Amino acid sequence: MKDPLSLPGRRWLPLLSVASAVTMMAALYAALLYAPTEQSMGDVQRVFYFHLASAWVGFLAFFVAFALGWRHLARPDWRLDAWAAASVEIGVLFCAIVLLSGSLWARPIWNTWWTWDPRLTTTLVLWVYYAGVLALRGSVDEPETRARYTAVLSIIGFINVPLVFMAIRWWRTIHPVILDARGMHLEPAMLVALVAALVAFTLLYITLCLAQVRAAYLRQRVEALQGQMEDRLEKRMARRPGQGAA
Amino acid sequence: MSNLGYLYAALGVTWGLIALYVYRLYRQQQRLQRELEALQRLHDRQQQEA
Repeated sequence: MKDPLSLPGRRWLPLLSVASAVTMMAALYAALLYAPTEQSMGDVQRVFYFHLASAWVGFLAFFVAFALGWRHLARPDWRLDAWAAASVEIGVLFCAIVLLSGSLWARPIWNTWWTWDPRLTTTLVLWVYYAGVLALRGSVDEPETRARYTAVLSIIGFINVPLVFMAIRWWRTIHPVILDARGMHLEPAMLVALVAALVAFTLLYITLCLAQVRAAYLRQRVEALQGQMEDRLEKRMARRPGQGAA
Repeated sequence: MSNLGYLYAALGVTWGLIALYVYRLYRQQQRLQRELEALQRLHDRQQQEA
């Protein structure tokens, strides 16, 4: 039988790391050199490729945490929690990148760093919420309670993801709509750059998730070993004459 | 800041944050690996003594 604490991704992690690095280089090349310069915004529009790819990874990460949360509530397993926690952490990272890169793109185009637009506001709420989930995880010591809280909060928090996506369609906004019922409004070369960025960021997400889960497995091994040693020490102390009689 | 300046700043923020996260993850793994090896040695010694 396979050891439940055996480290995952021993073979996959190096391969994924190399694949992520190569696709990221290709994505950079496509975004900065291959894609044409947008006529009205100029070069700053190239932020779009990584901005959208980061948003996609954020959504994907929160969806994975949501799905694993359901699974964990049905059948509790610390490994599901490890994957969900890794996914939430990476989702928060990419959500922060979306907010910051969006702000840097907005300054020259909208002439402001920030505006309380529905898309921006719902994204900020999403980021604050999941950062709060991570903070809460850090404050709960009992592993099962921590996993249950994460599962429930990941399910509740995911309600905001479709809201972020639909915000520019339901409410009046200055945020551009790239994808609608008629398809993508992009030049073919721009679409290639966008697809390259999406592939690169998705691979990076999988790589980071696997690395984070490996760290969780290592932590679990350390805790298991510490537990074994403490048990042995307690037994040895109990066997000593005169101990525990006071 | 020029138009290109904002582009470079956005790229810097994107890869800066990713690099910081990867570095943190790497350090965390190294620390846990060292901790595990030290505990394993102690555990083996305890078993030998027993």
